[in-house]
Amino acid sequence: MEKIAKIWPYLLLIIGAFVMVFPFIWMLSTSFKAPIDIFSLNIIPETPTLANYTQIFEESLFLRWFINSIIIALITTISVLFFDTLVGYIIAKFKFVGRTILFILILSTLMIPTEMLIIPWYMMSSEFGWTDTYFGVLFPGLMTGFGVFLMRQFMEQIPEDLLNAARIDGMNEYSIFFKIAVPQVWPAISALGIFTFLSNWNAFLWPLIVIESSSLRTLPVGLSYFSSGEAESKWHLIMTGATISVIPMILVFILLQRHIIKGITLTGMK
Amino acid sequence: MVSKWKLALFGVLLLLFLVACSGNDKNAGSEDASEDEEITLEYWQYSFDSKVKIVDELIEEFEADNPGIKVEQTNFPYDQYNEQVAAQVPAGKGPDVINLFYGWVPTYVDAGYLQPLPQDEFPHDEIESEFFPLVEATKMNDEYWTIPTAVRTLALFYNKDLFEEAGLDPNSPPEKWEELEEYAVQLTKEDGGRLEQSGMAWEPAQQGHQWLRDGLTRQAGGEVLSEDRRTVTWGDDPAGLEAFKYWLSFPTDLGTSEEGFYTDDVTAFITEKAAMNVDGSFRIGTLKSDAPDLNYGIAPLPGKDQQSTNSSFWTNGITAGVEGEKLEAATKFLKFLTSDEVMEKWLDATGELPAKEAVAMQDKYVNDEIYGPFIESLPFANAHFFVDETKERDLVIDAANRVLMEGVDPEDAFNELVESTQELYDEYWSDK
Amino acid sequence: MGKSNLIVEEEHKYTPNPNKKPKKSLIRKFKGSQKFQKYLFVYTCLLFPILFYFGFRIIPTLFTFNVGFRDWNLLSSGPQPFVGLENFVTLLKDEVFLKSLFNTLIYIVLGVSGQLLFGIIVALLLHKINRFVGLFRVIYFIPYVTSIVAISWVFRWILMGNGVVNDVLINLGFSAQPFLNSPNQGIYVIIAAMIWQAIGFQMVLFLAGLENIPTMLYEAADIDGATPWQKFWRITVPLLNPTIVFSAVIGTITFIQVSFTQVINMSVDGSGGPLNSTISVVVYIYQLAFRQFDLGLASAATVILFLFILALTLFQIKVLTKKFDY
Repeated sequence: MEKIAKIWPYLLLIIGAFVMVFPFIWMLSTSFKAPIDIFSLNIIPETPTLANYTQIFEESLFLRWFINSIIIALITTISVLFFDTLVGYIIAKFKFVGRTILFILILSTLMIPTEMLIIPWYMMSSEFGWTDTYFGVLFPGLMTGFGVFLMRQFMEQIPEDLLNAARIDGMNEYSIFFKIAVPQVWPAISALGIFTFLSNWNAFLWPLIVIESSSLRTLPVGLSYFSSGEAESKWHLIMTGATISVIPMILVFILLQRHIIKGITLTGMK
Repeated sequence: MVSKWKLALFGVLLLLFLVACSGNDKNAGSEDASEDEEITLEYWQYSFDSKVKIVDELIEEFEADNPGIKVEQTNFPYDQYNEQVAAQVPAGKGPDVINLFYGWVPTYVDAGYLQPLPQDEFPHDEIESEFFPLVEATKMNDEYWTIPTAVRTLALFYNKDLFEEAGLDPNSPPEKWEELEEYAVQLTKEDGGRLEQSGMAWEPAQQGHQWLRDGLTRQAGGEVLSEDRRTVTWGDDPAGLEAFKYWLSFPTDLGTSEEGFYTDDVTAFITEKAAMNVDGSFRIGTLKSDAPDLNYGIAPLPGKDQQSTNSSFWTNGITAGVEGEKLEAATKFLKFLTSDEVMEKWLDATGELPAKEAVAMQDKYVNDEIYGPFIESLPFANAHFFVDETKERDLVIDAANRVLMEGVDPEDAFNELVESTQELYDEYWSDK
Repeated sequence: MGKSNLIVEEEHKYTPNPNKKPKKSLIRKFKGSQKFQKYLFVYTCLLFPILFYFGFRIIPTLFTFNVGFRDWNLLSSGPQPFVGLENFVTLLKDEVFLKSLFNTLIYIVLGVSGQLLFGIIVALLLHKINRFVGLFRVIYFIPYVTSIVAISWVFRWILMGNGVVNDVLINLGFSAQPFLNSPNQGIYVIIAAMIWQAIGFQMVLFLAGLENIPTMLYEAADIDGATPWQKFWRITVPLLNPTIVFSAVIGTITFIQVSFTQVINMSVDGSGGPLNSTISVVVYIYQLAFRQFDLGLASAATVILFLFILALTLFQIKVLTKKFDY
C-alpha cells in the first residue's frame, strides 16, 4: 500500500513527461529526415541524414544569428533584472508622491500588444539612427512592466523590520537593496531571468522590422526566411534550426536550476 | 558595499553605451557611402532565393554600365513584406524601387505610395504592344504604375511515377474537366476512411483561389469581373456556380482531395502524397532544389468549353517621393530590369516567364519540356484585378470552408461569396 | 517629468530599538540623514526607468490611442484626419472583431486556468517525490524553451488527417478527428498547445511557492488528523495565493501576446481560420494594421483590447485575493 502511494506520483509524472517531450522528440527526429521523408510516421528516420545540419550552416549565417540572439537576449536580461528588481523594490518598500500612479502606469504598459507599438518604435529608431543595429533590436525590451510587477509582488513580502534593522546598523540604501532585499527574492529573480531571456530569444516581429542586414538577424528572424508563403517552406531546415536552438536553452536551464534551488533554500532559512 | 552597486550600474551603462555606439558606427558607415556624388537606389523585393541571387548579379551589371548609380538590394520574407513597408512609411523611409505582387498594387496606388511610370520612358502604346496584355492589371487611372520583368502562369503539375503506378499514361495528362476528374479518382488511395494519397491537391489558400477565378470560371464561359472592374459578374452567368461546384467536387463528391492534406499542396506534391497539383511556373526552382528526384510533368490546365489559366506577376514600381536625378536613375534601373536580355536571364534563373510577348514566344522556350506548357498558356491567361488580394482570397477560402465544414449548400455559399466580393469593390470605388 | 513628484514622505513606522535608544538630538539628526538617503536613493534609481517607461512605452501607447480616433492609412503619407468615434463604431459592428474578442476570452479563461492547474499539479507531484526531481523538472521545462514557430508546425503534423494522433485513434477504434481543420475543435487544440508550452514556467513559479511553505504547518495538521485534501485547501492553496494571483494575472497578460504567434502558426490558413474560429484580437489587430494598412481601425481595436484586459485584470485581482484572504 505504501509502495503504491510512493509510486503513483512517478507514474503520473512519467506519463506527463511523455506528453511534454513527444513533440520535441518529433522535431528532433524531423531534423534528421530528408525533405521528402518529413511526413513519415517513424520516430527513427528510415534513412537518417545530417544533410539538414550541413545545409543550414553552409547556406545561411546560422552561427552568426545564433550569436546575435544570445548577445541580444543576454543584454536585455541583465538590464531587465537590474532595473525591474530595483523599481519593484522601490515601489514595494518606499512611499513617495506618485508611487501608485507610477505603478499603475507601468502595469498598464503590459496591456498593449507590442505589435501596435512597432510603428512608433520604428519612427523613433529611424529618427535616432537605431535601425539595423543591435541597440535598435533590444531597446524596447530593456525594462518590462512584467518584471516590475513580479518583483514588487515578491519584495512586498520582505518584512519591514529586516530593512529597518539594517538601516539602524548604518547600512546605506544601496547596500540594503543588494545585500538584504535581493537575496530574499532570488527565486523570483531567477524566474524573471528565464522568462525575459526566453521571450527575447523568441522575439520575432520587432527584430524582423528593425533589422535589414542578414548579418544582424536573430535566430527566429533568420529562421523565418526559410518559410516564406509563396516561395517555399523549408521545413526540414526550420526543424533543424529550432532543434539546434533548443539545446543550449536546455543547458542554460540545467545550469540555472541550481541557482533557483539555492535561492529557494536561502529564502526558506529566513 | 557601495562600490558593488556602482560596479553593477556602471556595467549596465557601459553595455548600453557600447551597444549604442556600435549602432552609431554602423550608421556612420552607411552615411559615408552616400556622401559621394553617387546616387544610391534602394531596391526591395521579397526573399526568394533564386530571385535574390539573380538581382545581385543584375545590379553588378547595371552598376558597371551606369557609373554614378549604386543599387542596394534589401529582402524581407514574403509573409512580412507588407509589414516592413508599412513600418517604414510613417518614419519617412523605404525603398526607391519596389517589387510588389500585382494584387497589392491597387492598395499601394490608392494610398499614394507609388508614382506613375514616367510616360516618356515607358510610353503606353509601347507597353501595350510589347508586353502581354495581362500587365494591364496594374493600369489604373489611365496610368501604368508598375512594370514586371516576368510573369507566371498556372499549369497542371503531375507525378509521372504515380501515374504509371495507377495504370495511367504518364505522357497523356488530362486535358478536359471530365478527364481531370477521372484521373484524380484513379490516383486517389484511401485507407480506412482516411485519404492516403490525394489524386488532386486542393488548397484554396495557395493557388486554389486563382485556379477557381481565372481558370475554372473562365473555362466554363464565365467572367469574374466586368470590363470597368466595378461589378462582380461572377454570379451573372451560370458558369460561375458551375465552376464553383466543380472545384468543390474534388474534396466532396469525388473524395480525391482534402484541405490541408499534408499541410499544403506544395508539400504534399513534393513528398509524393498528391499526384496532381495546380501550381505556378515559379515552383520549378523549388522542385529542382528540394525534390531533385521527383519525376513530374507539366501540362496546360485542363479546360472545358475553352482554355484559360491564371497569370500573376511581381512587378516593379517607383515610390512617390523619388524625384530629380534619383528618379532618372530609378527609371534607368527599371528600363534595365525590363529589357529583353534581363528577361531571358530571369527565366533561366527563376523559372518565371518573360513579360514581353516577343521574348517569351521564342522557339527555344515554347518547345521546352518544362517551360513550354506555361508559355503555351500565356495567350489565354488572365490576371484578375484585385482591389484587396488578401481579403478576396479569404472570401474564397471562407466560401469553401462553409461548404466543407458547415455543410452549407454550395449555391448559397457561392452567392454569399459573390455578394461580399461585390461589397469590397463597392467600398474600393466609393471614393474614386 | 517626475522630479518634483518624487518627494519622499516621512517614514513614521520606524521605531528604534528601545535598548539602543539614543538621545533626542541624535534621533533628529539620524532621521534627517535617513530621509535624505532614501530620497536620494529613490530619485537616482527611478530616473532611468521613468525616462524609459515614458519614452518607449507610455508615449507610444498614447500615440496609438490618438491614432484610434483618426483615419490613418499606413501606406499614405498624406493627412490623417480626426474622425471621432467612427473607428470604434465600425469595430463594434464588425462581426469578426466581436468574434475575436470572444475568442480571446476563451483563450484566456481556458488557457490560464489550464496552465495554472497543470502547473500546480506538476509542482505538487515534484514536491512529493525524492528521486529524479531534477530530471523531471528539465523535461517539463523543455516545451517552454522550444521555438513557438517550429513547435506549432510539429503540432500541425502530429494532428493532421494523416498524422500520428489520428493513427493512434484509428488503431484504438475511434474515428479520425479533423482537429485544427475544424471550426469547432481548432481553438481548443491551439489552447492545449499553449498550455503545453506554459506548464514548465508555471511549474517553476509554483515550486518556488511550495518551497516557501514551512513543513511545520503540515506536521501540525497531521497531528490534528487532517486529510491530504484538507491540507491542500487549508494550507497549500492559501499560502500559494500570492503565486496564484501573480500567475493568473501574468498568464492573462502574456496570453494576449502569445495568442498571436500560436494562432498565426497553427491555424490552417495562418490568420485565425477556419472561418475565423481561432482568431484572437491581437491577430485581428495585426491584420487590420499590416494587411489592410488601416492603422486607425487597428489602434481603435487596441484601445478596446486595453480596456478589456484592464477590466479582466482588476476582476481577477479582486476575486482571487478575496477568496483566499484570511
